[in-house]
Amino acid sequence: MKENAVLEVRGVCKYFPGVKALQGVDFTLCKGEVHALMGENGAGKSTLIKCLTGVYEKDQGNIYIDGHDGPVSIKSPQEAQKNGISTVYQEITLCPNLTVAENMYIGRTAGAVQNWKKMNDDADAILSSLGIPAKSTQQLGSCSIAIQQMVAIARAVDMDCKVLILDEPTSSLDESEVAKLFKLMRDLKEKGVGIIFVTHFLDQVYEICDKITVLRDGQLVGEYEIENLPRVQLVSKMLGKELDDMSDIKSEATTYKKEDGASSVFEAEGLCSTEGIKPFDFHIEKGEVNGFTGLLGSGRSECVRAIFGADRVTQGKVKMDGKEVKIQKPIDAMKNGIAYLPEDRKIDGIIGDLSVRDNIVIALQVLKGFFKPFSKAEAYKFADEYIKLLGIKTASADTPIKSLSGGNQQKCIVARWLLTDPKYLILDEPTRGIDVGTKIDIQKLVLKLASEGMSVTFISSETDEMLRTCSRLIVMRDRRVVGELSGEELNQTMIMNTIAGGGLDE
Amino acid sequence: MENNKKAGFSIKNMSDTNLLLTITIVIFFVMYIGAMIFLKKGFLKPQTFFNVLNTNAALIITSCGMSLVMITGGIDISVGGVVALVSMSCAVLLDQKGGNIPEAILLALGIGLLFGLVQGYLVAYLDIQPFIVSLAGMFFARGMTTIVNNQPFNVAHEGFVALKDTRINIPGLGSVNKKGVFVPAYIEIGVVVALLVVVVLFVMLRWSKFGRRFYAVGGNKQSALMLGINVKQTKFMSHIICSLLAGLGGFVYFMHVGSGSPSHAMGMEMNAIASSIIGGTMLTGGVGNIIGTLFGVMSLSTIQNIVSSAGLDQAWWTGITIASMLCLFLVIQSVVMTLKKKSV
Amino acid sequence: MNKRKSFSFSSIFRNQLIIPLAALVLLVLFNLIMDPSFFKITLGQNSLGNPVLSGALITILDNGSELAILAIGMTLVTAASGGQDISVGANVAIAGSVMLRILCGRGDSAEMQAPVIVAFIAACIVSMLFGAFNGVLVAYFKIQPMVATLILYTAGRSIAAWINNNELPIVNDPSFGYFGGFIPGIPMPTPFFIAVICVIVITLVLKFTTLGLYTQSVGINESSSKLNGLNPQVIKLLTFVILGLCVAVVGLIKVSRISTINYSVIAKDIEMDAILAVALGGNALSGGKFNMYASILGAYIIQFLTTTLYKYKVSADALPAYKAIVVILLVVFSAPTVREWMSKTFNNLKNNNTKKEVA
Repeated sequence: MKENAVLEVRGVCKYFPGVKALQGVDFTLCKGEVHALMGENGAGKSTLIKCLTGVYEKDQGNIYIDGHDGPVSIKSPQEAQKNGISTVYQEITLCPNLTVAENMYIGRTAGAVQNWKKMNDDADAILSSLGIPAKSTQQLGSCSIAIQQMVAIARAVDMDCKVLILDEPTSSLDESEVAKLFKLMRDLKEKGVGIIFVTHFLDQVYEICDKITVLRDGQLVGEYEIENLPRVQLVSKMLGKELDDMSDIKSEATTYKKEDGASSVFEAEGLCSTEGIKPFDFHIEKGEVNGFTGLLGSGRSECVRAIFGADRVTQGKVKMDGKEVKIQKPIDAMKNGIAYLPEDRKIDGIIGDLSVRDNIVIALQVLKGFFKPFSKAEAYKFADEYIKLLGIKTASADTPIKSLSGGNQQKCIVARWLLTDPKYLILDEPTRGIDVGTKIDIQKLVLKLASEGMSVTFISSETDEMLRTCSRLIVMRDRRVVGELSGEELNQTMIMNTIAGGGLDE
Repeated sequence: MENNKKAGFSIKNMSDTNLLLTITIVIFFVMYIGAMIFLKKGFLKPQTFFNVLNTNAALIITSCGMSLVMITGGIDISVGGVVALVSMSCAVLLDQKGGNIPEAILLALGIGLLFGLVQGYLVAYLDIQPFIVSLAGMFFARGMTTIVNNQPFNVAHEGFVALKDTRINIPGLGSVNKKGVFVPAYIEIGVVVALLVVVVLFVMLRWSKFGRRFYAVGGNKQSALMLGINVKQTKFMSHIICSLLAGLGGFVYFMHVGSGSPSHAMGMEMNAIASSIIGGTMLTGGVGNIIGTLFGVMSLSTIQNIVSSAGLDQAWWTGITIASMLCLFLVIQSVVMTLKKKSV
Repeated sequence: MNKRKSFSFSSIFRNQLIIPLAALVLLVLFNLIMDPSFFKITLGQNSLGNPVLSGALITILDNGSELAILAIGMTLVTAASGGQDISVGANVAIAGSVMLRILCGRGDSAEMQAPVIVAFIAACIVSMLFGAFNGVLVAYFKIQPMVATLILYTAGRSIAAWINNNELPIVNDPSFGYFGGFIPGIPMPTPFFIAVICVIVITLVLKFTTLGLYTQSVGINESSSKLNGLNPQVIKLLTFVILGLCVAVVGLIKVSRISTINYSVIAKDIEMDAILAVALGGNALSGGKFNMYASILGAYIIQFLTTTLYKYKVSADALPAYKAIVVILLVVFSAPTVREWMSKTFNNLKNNNTKKEVA
C-alpha cells in the first residue's frame, strides 16, 4: 500500500449480465483528503461505491484498507462498517418509522440492551453540535427530506470511520445546509479521515475537493490534482470528447417576441393548492421559455404542480389561449395541451417494470381513451420514432425502462410528453442527477421546441442552466413569488439578490 | 412530507406505534365500560373478564408471534394449522403413545421450530413471498393433522387432566353466587404463560437491540441493510419466533380444550391477524406493539361476548359484528394516519 | 459465441411460463408412467340418459373451471393493488345465496320463482357491490387488500346465511343443474364452456381496452400513473368489481352443481387456491406486470394435481399436505435467487465442458 493511504482499490472488476460495469479500476484515497469521484451516469461511480460498501461483491481485484495486512473482502454493509467505511447515499437510507436517535445508532453499537436515555442524550448532543434542527425522540418520517439527509450524515460522521463516502448527499440540501456539510467535511479532514465525494455539482467539487478521479464507461480515465484540472477539461474528460462550448447554446435560439394582441398560451390568476403555496399569478406566451427559481423548498415545484393539477387546487382562475378552463386533475391539464415532467424521476416519472415503449405511449394512450388502445404496431412506431429522435440508448423498445441509465430514462419521459404534442411543456428539474451530455441535449431540445412555438417552463437547481435557457425567471422565496426577472436583469447576482430579498430584510 | 417545520401539537410528535396503541386501548375501555353500564349481566362479574383471558390464552400467544412477523413486514397464515397439528400430535402422544407432559411440551415446541426453520429459510434466504410460503405451511399442517389422526377425541391422561383443571385464584376478586357462596375469580395456567409471553416479547421489542431490528427491517428493508442490519437473519428470526409461539400456543390451546381434532383452531390465523391489526400493528410493517396485540385479542373477544349477551346469539351475528369492528378500526386507523401525514 | 448461448440459457430460466409449463409436463409424465389410463376418456351415459364424456382429464377441465374464472379476476386485483382478495370464497357463498333466494322465493313450490338469468344478474350486482366495498377500502382508504378483504372474509358466510334466514333452499328444476353439469346432448361439462367464454371475454377486453396497461401502470407506480392522467383509485376499484363479476359466475356454477347451498362449505378455501394459481403462473404477488394466461394455466395445474392425488386415494382432508409439498417445490424453483443460482451453475457446467474440449 502507498504510504499515507487509507484505502486502495486495485484492478476491481464487476460484471452484470451483458454489462461490464467496472473494468480494472484503480483508486487511491489518502488520509485527510477529500477526493471527488466523477463521471457520467453509467460510468461506474455507483458500482464502485457499492463494491466498497458491500452492497455488491466485486468479481475481480483487491481492496486494501489501512490497518489490514492483506486485501480485505467486504461482503455486506456490516463488514464495511467494521472496516471503518461509512457511507451516506443519495437516497435516504434510514427507516422512517424509527426515531431520529435510533436511526443514528441502530446496527452499529455493541451490547444487547437498548439504553434509550443515553442514546437520546448522545444523539441530541451530536444534533446540536452539527446544528441540525431535529429532536432525538422525533419519528424520522416526520422530518423534512433535507433533515433526514443531515441525520444520515450525522450518523456517518459519528462512526469512528477512516473512510467516509458521500454519494451525492447534497442534492436535497439547500445552500446553508451544504455550507454546514462542508464545514463538517473540513473538520473531519483535519482529523485524518479520507472522504470520497460524489456529486453532479461542479461548483462544489472545486470548492471542497483536493483530488479528482474520473471514470468513464467502467474504466479509469485518470486521477488529477484539483488545481491541474480546469472545469472545461474535467467535463471533456467525463464525456470523452472535446466539449463544444456550452455557453453557445443560447445563441442558436431565436428569442421570443410577443405578437400584439395575442393572448397568453396559459394564464393563471391567484392559483393556490393544498401544498401550502401562497396564491400566485402566472402567464406564459407562445414560444416562450420561462422558469421558476428559488431555494429548495421555496415552492417552485408546488407552483408547477398546481398548474398541472397534480396537487389539489383550492382556488384561482386559469385561462388557456384566453378562454377560461378548469384544471382539477392531471387529465384536465393534459386535455388542454399541458405536459409535465415531474421533479422526482423514480417516484413520479418512470413506470419501472414497463417497457420503454409502454412508458413512451402511456400519456397519449390515456388521452386517447380506455376503449381505444393502440395496436402493437402503432406503439412500436411511436416508440422507435422517439428513440431515434432523442437518441435514447436502449437495447430495444421492449427493454424495461428501469434498466436504462438515469439520463435515458429522463429522455423517455420527455418523449412521452412530446408524443402528446403539447402546447405548453413543464420541465421540473429535468437535468437533476443525469450526466452532462444529456443535460446539454435537453437544454438544446428546450430551445428548439420553443423556437417551433411551444411554450416551456423550465426549473433547475443550477442557475446557470436556467440563465442559458430562460428568457424570463420567476423568483420564489418562502412559498411565494417575490420577483420576476427578464432581459438585462438575468444574471447570477440579480437572482441571488432577489432570492435573498435584496439582503435587506435579514 | 413538506419542508416547513411548525411546532406541532402532541399527536404529531407521537410515533405511529404509540398513536395506534392509544386508539386501541381507549376503544377497548370504552367498549368494556359501555358493556358494564348498559348490558350489566355478566360484565360486572370479574370472572367474565378473566374468562376472556382463559379462552383466549392461545390466541394471545399466537397473535404475539403474528405481530412480530407483521412488524417485520411479513405475514404467517400457518399458525392456525400449527396449533391444530400440535394439539392433535400431543393428544396422540399422551393418549395413545404413552408419552408424558414434558415430552408433549417438547413435541409442541419442536413442531413449531420445524415450521419456523423451513418457512423462515424460504422467506428470508430464498426471498419467496411469505404469504405463499405460509399458505403452503397452513395446507401442510392441516393435512398432517388429519394424517396423524382424522377423528376428534378427548385425552384422559391423568397428569394432563390435572394440569388442565388447575385454577389459579385471584386474591380478593370474585362474586357471590345464587346460593350466597363467594366464588373466587380464577385463571388457568395458559393465561400465565400467555402473559409471560406478552411481557417477554414486549421487553424484547422495546429494550433490546435485537428487538429494535425487527422495526428497522419492517420500516424499510433496503435502509435497514445499509444501516448495517442483517436483514435476512432478522426476517428468519421473526419466523422462527412466530412459529415457536404457534407451537407453544398450540400446547396452551390443547391444555384449554383437552382434546385433539382436525377442526381445532379453524380460522385462528385470521383471528390472530385481526387481533394484531386491531391492536395497531400495520401489515405494511414497522409499526406495532405487543401490548396493543393483547388488547386486540381482548377487544375481539369482548365484542363476541357483547353480541351473545345482547341476545343476538345466532351464529352469523358474531361474524358480522367482528367484521364491522375490524372495518371500524381499519377506517379509523386509515383516517388518523392520513390526517397525521397531512399535518406534518 | 459462447457468451450469447449462455445468455439465452439464463433467459430460459427467467421466462415466466417455464415453471408452470414444467410443472404441467412433470404431472403429465408422472401419470403416463404410473398409469396411462389416467388419460383415457370414455363416452357414457348419465342417469338422465344424456351422452357424457368421463375420465380424469374431463374432471380436471370440469372442476378447474371455477378456479380458472377466479384466477382471471384475482390476477387483475393482484396486478393493480399489489395484494390479494381473500374474501372470494365468502363472496361466492353470498352470490349463491342471493341466487337461491330469488329462484326459490319464500314458498315451498317446486317451480322456480324467477328465470335463472334474473337470479344470475341479481347475484352479479350483489357480488360486484361487495367487490366495490373491498375496492373502496383498498383504493380510497388505502388499507392493504388482504386486511381490507379480511372484513368480508369474516362476515361473508354469515351474510350468506342471513340472506336465506339460515335455511337451505333446494332448486328442484333440472334445467338449473345444466350450469354445473351437462346440457342434454352435449357431452362436455358446461362449466368448461363457461370458463372458455370467460377466457375469451377477458382476451377481448384486454385486446380492445387498455385495462392491461392501466392496471400494470397503477400496480408498478401509482403516483407516476396519476401524473399521466390515470385515476389509480378508479382502476383499483374496477379490478375489484371485475373480480366480483367472476365471483358471481363461480357462484352460479357452484350452486348449480348441487342445486342447493351449504354456507360454511361452499367454495371453502377457494381464495387460497386462486391466489396460488396467480403465483404459480409466475406473477409477482406484489403487483405490477402480469400474464393472464399463466394464471389460468396455474389454475388448471392445481386442479390437475388435485385430481392426480385423488386418483391415488389421498383423502380429501389430507390432500392439503401433499399440495403443500408440491407448492413449495414449485415456488422454490421459481424463486429468483434459485433461478439465478441454477442458470449460473448451468453456465459454469457449460464453460467447464468447453474448457475441457479446448484442453
